[in-house]
Order: sequence, then structure tokens, then C-alpha cells
Amino acid sequence: MRIELQKRAAVSPLFSLVSPLLALALTLVFGAIMFAILGKDPVAAMYAFFLEPLLETWSLHELAIKAAPLILMGVGLAVCYRSNNWNIGAEGQFTIGAITGSYLPIVFYDWHSPLVLPLMLLLGALGGALFAAIPALLKAHFNTNEILTSLMLVYIAQLFLDWLIRGAWRDPKGFNFPVSRDFAPEAILPAIWEESGRAHWAFIFAIVAAVLCWFMMRYTLKGFEITVLGQAERAGRFAGFSSKRMIWFGFLFSGALAGLAGIGEVSGSINHLQPAISPGYGFTAIIVAFLGRLNPLGIVASGLVLGLTYLGGEAAQLSIGVSDKVTRVFQGLLLFFVLSCDTLIYYKVRIVWARMRGGVA
Amino acid sequence: MKNFALALAASAAAVIGFSSAAQAADKTKVCYVYVGSHTDGGYSQAHDLGRQQVQKEFADKVETSYLENVPEGPDAERAIERLARSGCSLIFSTSFGFMDATVKVAAKFPKVHFEHATGYKTGPNLGTYNSRFYEGRYILGQIAAKTSKNHGAAYIASFPIPEVVMGINSFTQGARSIDPSFKLKVIWVNTWFDPGKEADAAKAMLDQGVDVLTQHTDTTAPMQVAEERGVHAFGQASDMIAAGPKAQLTAIVDTWGNYYVKRVKAQLDGTWKAEQTWDGLKEGVLAMAPYTNMPDDVKKMAEETEAKIKSGELHPFTGPINKQDGTPWLKAGEKADDGTLLGMNFYIEGVDDKLPK
Amino acid sequence: MTIFEAILLTVITASTPLVIAALGELVTERSGVLNLGVEGMMIMGAVAAFAGAQIFGSAYVGILCGILGGAIFSLLFAFLTLTLVANQVATGLALTLLGLGASGMIGESYVSIPGIRLGAIAIPLLSDIPVLGPVLFRQDLIFYLSIALVLGVNWFLFRSRAGLKLRAIGDSHSSAHALGIKVIRTRYLAVMFGGACSGLAGAQLSLVYTPQWVENMSAGRGWITLALVVFASWRPWRVFAGGYLFGAVTILQLHAQAFGLGIPSQFLSMLPYAATIVVLVIISHNRRTTLINTPASLGKAFVPER
Repeated sequence: MRIELQKRAAVSPLFSLVSPLLALALTLVFGAIMFAILGKDPVAAMYAFFLEPLLETWSLHELAIKAAPLILMGVGLAVCYRSNNWNIGAEGQFTIGAITGSYLPIVFYDWHSPLVLPLMLLLGALGGALFAAIPALLKAHFNTNEILTSLMLVYIAQLFLDWLIRGAWRDPKGFNFPVSRDFAPEAILPAIWEESGRAHWAFIFAIVAAVLCWFMMRYTLKGFEITVLGQAERAGRFAGFSSKRMIWFGFLFSGALAGLAGIGEVSGSINHLQPAISPGYGFTAIIVAFLGRLNPLGIVASGLVLGLTYLGGEAAQLSIGVSDKVTRVFQGLLLFFVLSCDTLIYYKVRIVWARMRGGVA
Repeated sequence: MKNFALALAASAAAVIGFSSAAQAADKTKVCYVYVGSHTDGGYSQAHDLGRQQVQKEFADKVETSYLENVPEGPDAERAIERLARSGCSLIFSTSFGFMDATVKVAAKFPKVHFEHATGYKTGPNLGTYNSRFYEGRYILGQIAAKTSKNHGAAYIASFPIPEVVMGINSFTQGARSIDPSFKLKVIWVNTWFDPGKEADAAKAMLDQGVDVLTQHTDTTAPMQVAEERGVHAFGQASDMIAAGPKAQLTAIVDTWGNYYVKRVKAQLDGTWKAEQTWDGLKEGVLAMAPYTNMPDDVKKMAEETEAKIKSGELHPFTGPINKQDGTPWLKAGEKADDGTLLGMNFYIEGVDDKLPK
Repeated sequence: MTIFEAILLTVITASTPLVIAALGELVTERSGVLNLGVEGMMIMGAVAAFAGAQIFGSAYVGILCGILGGAIFSLLFAFLTLTLVANQVATGLALTLLGLGASGMIGESYVSIPGIRLGAIAIPLLSDIPVLGPVLFRQDLIFYLSIALVLGVNWFLFRSRAGLKLRAIGDSHSSAHALGIKVIRTRYLAVMFGGACSGLAGAQLSLVYTPQWVENMSAGRGWITLALVVFASWRPWRVFAGGYLFGAVTILQLHAQAFGLGIPSQFLSMLPYAATIVVLVIISHNRRTTLINTPASLGKAFVPER
């Protein structure tokens, strides 16, 4: 048995829609089998994963909170990847954005003004962009591989945050525990709809960013430049585009969005700075970007789906009593099915049952 | 494709049937939030053993559940809120990093009772609990001073938080009560949980001539290194004798179960109140593993000290104690107050390290 | 034993898993496939090796299980990215996610069980050389394998016909295909070789480095490995040098702490990462040599035209 692929002449609009559904169906079937083998009620498991989190308002708010940083970073990374620059250090830019954004509410905690919040967001984005500027500079001028530099800088950023929170920025009233002082109310990103849950404006930023990026990629010269340089650098250079400038653009842009996600998370959800601010959002966002096929609107969907699996995993832990590890495996299963079903969009798949024909294949 | 559609429809139908059938049992629900996995072989597992003790004790009255690997941040708030919404009437959040999340959820659910481990923020329905680990560490220090041939030991430390600093000081104080020339080296690994790194740190200290190890990180890696190199070490959080049958002198064992049983009983009796509890050896939230691999006189000394701490005759932090730079901290006979201990950010005399600021 | 020898021994233990896994990933990437799932394959290798050693009571069987565990797990990645041409970056990351979860599930019953340590093998005569003897020739099998792998991979890539073909595929899969080289089959083998190496590195963690099983015990070493391959600009000897540079800085910062330099430990912990960046900046200054060694079709999907 063999699987043969044949490239479609054009992207199949039918399968663009059908493939995620097919992936979902396959996940349901295989997931049900897995849970049945583990001795758990498969129907209850699927319900906990995919429906329970969607049936309550508070849970929808939580979904928005979980998805917001993933979408914000995913969108930025997608633009960067489209331009053929490989920023895999969004986690570090997220961390630095959280730090620079927290500068005002922690150091100038006495300054109360409606300007605080916008300035925090600005500083956060700036911090993320500046931190992303390091791999950009090293790539553009020293020819250093950005995958390595951006990844290594993640660890440096996290250790720097750790040092800061255990030292200079430690809350003087916090009994020497590693947390910063709590943000004042005007430094906290407001909730979207306070009566029903705690989702805050970071989710709105994420959606706006996704729509703007989609517009940019589709209708502007910049979007064209990104695509051309990303796909065929030589052709791009003939068209007068500079790949050096594109390195800078890709990194600063994705870094700024990661930084914004960082300060959004700290200001909106955590309300102070602490050593652990991200459960690996920067890396998950890479999956989100590709799961969304590097399309900003697709990323909104993939961010929500991935967020859902985290929430569903928790619900399943409680309602059917599986361990967190089982939910991770299930999440992996879902990702694999989504990724492989995407093949149908670009290729015709043929399963050849007979033995191979003789001669060269 | 058709088959999948059918399967989908079938499962959707089943789901609707299921959701109405859910919810049963009138048992009291007691819930836990862990920062690690319930089988991490360390901190979270110790709490889970406590949960299992509760489940066993009140098998017909109580139902326990837990959420594990919950990151400290917005996820914690969601996890705790989920527990509160799922009908838990008593929730234990077992890591310091869950403090603010617990405070927020507790305010939202005034009828649910919350207890947060190792923090300091409280509320009308939110209590805190902690264990006087330093009492055990004082005993470790005394044993180390009797065991070491070169008047010193090494302390593999995770992060410079008050809990760890307090442990380092208590260990030093214990050691110097036996041997005033005792020096304690401290090595920071900046992680709670990385067997490789903990082993590296242990080896580095042994290579520099240290002959007794103690650790404030979660895995048995340092104990294994001690076993291989033929030196002595102390276990942390659980009895690590299996990893170091010839190396382990004793271990500080977290026995949260006794506390959990006490609190769940109060919950069942309707007498639960938000309290700030800081129990020690006496109340049994920590215990010393059997004293092994040491001469009888050292064992006797350790047992006597343990008895004295339990009876209240001995407080590990009793003056005279100087700070690291020689300035006096406690006058002769003066005992440290709990507030200072809980926020400890200075070393005492005898610690051979500069405290990270 | 002098402190110098002692430090050297520790550095070797810390560097060996990095070198082994990086060599495997290097071969995978030379064939044009980017597998970001090293962390996941490594942890699967670690748990497989530990379980194998426990079940059969032998660390050597454990090694075998580790290798097989990593290789079989990598097949999943190979099937998705090579047969179904799924995106390599995303699939690799998903593989890591799956590996961390699955290894935790498999290893649940092995937590806090004392492990079986892989014994050292003294090589006659050589192990009696002063200083170097005890350090280099009284080591365990996995260390010897790591050296053999450096030599072997180097020979394979640059001296053998099969290696030439593999590099040709990595540089341009369509030209290689046109020349009649079996692109997909070679890439399958390359991915599995990478998986086997990651598995062996995992076995080193659970049988030599710290003979025990705990969840997430690879603690990010797979990610360092990925950086090392880039650092080495896809050359085996540089992987070796880079692995040891990283291992040495990691160990030395612990000793530096013990000497009490008064530098915050967080900054000392940053050193291995910072050192890797600085060294790479220095050596990658020459654009041409970097380009020659970078597999040009890295990460790109290949579907044979029919």
C-alpha cells in the first residue's frame, strides 16, 4: 500500500472548509478509542473537551483570555515567517514586553493618570520590538542565524525577569516573596464585559491585529513585498525590495506584537509581575501560526481551537478523572490530524493498494 | 465522509443524553490544585499523598479531585474558578504562585472555603497553611556538623525566597550549635525541578571538597550523586532512602495528610474557619525519615533534638544569633518572631555565600 | 583525582546527550528536513530506556529500547511531513507536545524507583594513561558511542556515496530526484536516524546522567540541541565543539558560584546561552562558508512529480 500525492492546480476551496471538519471527526473517533482503552467514558471525554467549555459564559471569557496572547503572537509570527525570517523567540519578546510595560506601574507607582495604560502598552510593544531587534541586527549585519539567536535570547529574558523580580522590582510589602507590587487600577487593562467574566481588551487587540494584518497582507504593497521576498528573494530584489530591511521589519513587527501580548497578559490577567508569566505561549504561538496556515484570520480560528483544548483538558481532568498527561496526548492527536488533513487542500491524495509498478517510481 | 457525519451525529446525540444524566452524589467535594504533576516524585506528589489520605479517611463522605500542572498565572485563576464552579466546597491551592488567583476566586465565591499553602494573603473564606520545615532543617544541620570531616556542608538551593533563606539559616544554626567553626556553602540552581542540573550542582560541590549535601530542590538526583560518591546527604520532601541507601542520613518528609484530614473534618463538622496555620513537627505536617547511616550517639542527639522541638523546649532560632556581617540579630534567649522568619531576607553568621539581592 | 579531572568528567556527562542528539538532528537537517521535535523524541527515549532497563534488568537493553523508542516515535513525524507533506515546523512542535504527554503517561509507574546505572568500561592500556586515562577511557558505552558517532557521521556525510546523495537531497530535492535518487526513502531514514540519536541521548539522561525517571527530565535540552546544529553550521565537528562549549560553561558557572564572585546566579545561568550567541556571531561572519553548509531545501516540502 502506498500513498500518492498529486498537486492540485489551485487550492481547493471545498477542502479548505472540509479538512478541519474531517480532522475534527478523526480526532473524535481516535480520541474516543483512546479514552475507551483507558477505561473512561469516551462520550463524556469528548463532551468535556469540545462542548463543556463552550456552554458557559464564564468559560467563553476564559477562552478569550487564553487565546488572546496566542493570536496576537501568532499573527506577528505569521508575517515574519511569510517574509522568510525565522523568529522562534516570541516567548522572550513576550517576557521583555511584560517587563518594559510594567516599568510605569512598578517604578512610578505613584503616578496616577489615564495616560498610564496607553503608555504601558506602547512601552510593552517597544520592549518586545527592541528585544527582537537583537536577532534582526545580528542577522542583517553579522549574518548570524536567527533561529539560534532568538531561541537563546528566550532563556536570557526569563532569567533577567527572574533577577528583576527577586531584586529591584520586588514588592516592598510582599514579605520578600518574588512578586512585584500590584498594579494600580488605572494600570489594569479593563474587562470587555465585566458583569459576565474577566476577558479583557487584549482579546480585542488580538482580533484587530489579525484583521489589520490580513488587510496588509492582502491589499497593500507591504504585504506584496513580504510575500515576494519570502518566496523568491532574488525576484524581490529585482523589484527593488531590500531583504535587509525586510529582516528588520519582520522581527520588529513580530517582536512588537509579542511585547504587546506580554504587557496585555500581565496588565489584564495577572495584575502584577512575577517570575512565571507564560506557560510557553511564545512556542505554542508558533503552532498556532502554522495551524492557521500563516493566514491572520486562520490564526484567529486556530488560536481559539488550541485555547479550547487547554480548557477542555482541564474540564476532562475533573469530569472524567484523566491525568493532565492524557489531555496533552489528546491535544497532540488533534494537532496531527489537523496538520495532515490540510494536505487535502493542496494535493489530491490517492491510496494505491496494489504492489508498486516495476522500474523507477 | 458519510460515516464520519453519522458518527458525529451519534456522538452529539449521546452528549445531550449525558449532560442531563450528570451530577449525582451528595458527598462533600474537596479539591486540590497542583503546580506540578501528581506523580512528580516531589512537592506536588507530597500534597497528593495528603489528598489520598483524606480520601481514605472519609471514603464514604468525601469526594476528592485535583487539577495538576497548573501554571502560575491566569491559568491558575481559571483552574481554581473551575473547581469552585464544579461544586467543590473546600479547595486547597498548594503553591505560593497561586496566591493572587486564590484571593480573586475566593472573593467571587464567598460560600466556598479556600486554603492557600505558603502565602500570606487571607480573607473571610480564605485561610493559609504552611509547614515549619526549618525545624527539621535545624536537626539536619546538627547531624551534618557531627558527620562532616571538614566542618562544612553544601546546600543546593532553588530560588532565593524567604522559605529557602530561612531553611539555609536554620541548617546553619543547627550545625553551629554543635560546631561553631561550621561553614555552609550555598549553590543556586534557579530551578525547582531539573535532575540534570541538580546533579551537576551536587557534583560541583563535591568536587570542591564538600562531604555532606543537603538540597532544597525536588528530585532525588543530588541524593543519587551522594550515593555514587560515597558521601552523605539529606532527603527533601519525601524519604529518599531508595535513591541513597548508604548516603541518606535522614530526610524532611512532607506529611500534609494530617493537616488535610484535620481541615476536612472541620469542613464536615461545619466548624471550618479561615485561619493562618503554621504547623511543625509537633502537629505532624512534617516528619523526619528514620535516622540512618550514622553512629548511635549522633542518632541519639538527633532524636533528643527532635523531641525538644516537639515539646517546645527548643526553638531553632533562639539568640544569641548574629547576622552574616556580625551585627547582632537576636539577643541571648530571644526567639525569632514568625513575621521575621516568613519574610527572611538575610543570612546569619556561618553561611558562606552572598545572598542574591 | 584532581579538581581538573573531576570538572572534566562532569562536563563530559553534561555534554554527551547534547552532542548525540545534535548529530542526529544534523543528519536529518542535512537531508533537508527540519524536525523541531527533538525534545519530544529525547524524552520518549529517556522513558523507553528507563522502562526497558527496569523490565529486563539491564542498562544495555535500556539503551536499545531508548534508541528504538526515539526512532519509532520519529516515524510519526516522518509519515506526516514526508508522506502527507504536513508543515515541518508545526509537526515538530506538536511532536514535542505529544512526547512530553505520552512519556509522562508511560512513566507514571516508574516515578521514584531507583534506576539502573550504566556501568563504565575501562579500555585496557589506554585507561592507565595519567589524567586522560581515567577521564576518557573509563567511561560508559554511550560516551564511546558519542565519539564514534562524530567520526561516523563526519565520514558518512563527506566521504561516502550515500552521504553525498543525502547532502544532494538536502541542497535540492528536485535535482536529486531528477538524478534518480530516492528522496522520500532517504529522508525517512534520515529522520529515523535523528530519532534514534535523540532516543540514545534520552537514554543517557535516564541511565547515566541521573539514573531515574521523572517527567520532563530532559528539561529543555532538546531545544539546546536544535540551536547547536545551527551553531555548528551543519558540520559534525562543530557540533562536538559546540556541545562541549555549552556543557563546559554550564558546569563552570556552578563552580564560579561556589567561588563567590558576587555575580547574581541568574546572570551566571545566562552564560551558556550568551556564549553560544557570541561564538556564533564570530564564526558566522563569513557569509560564504555559512551558505555552503546550509542545506538549501531545509524545511521545504517535496512531492515527486509524476
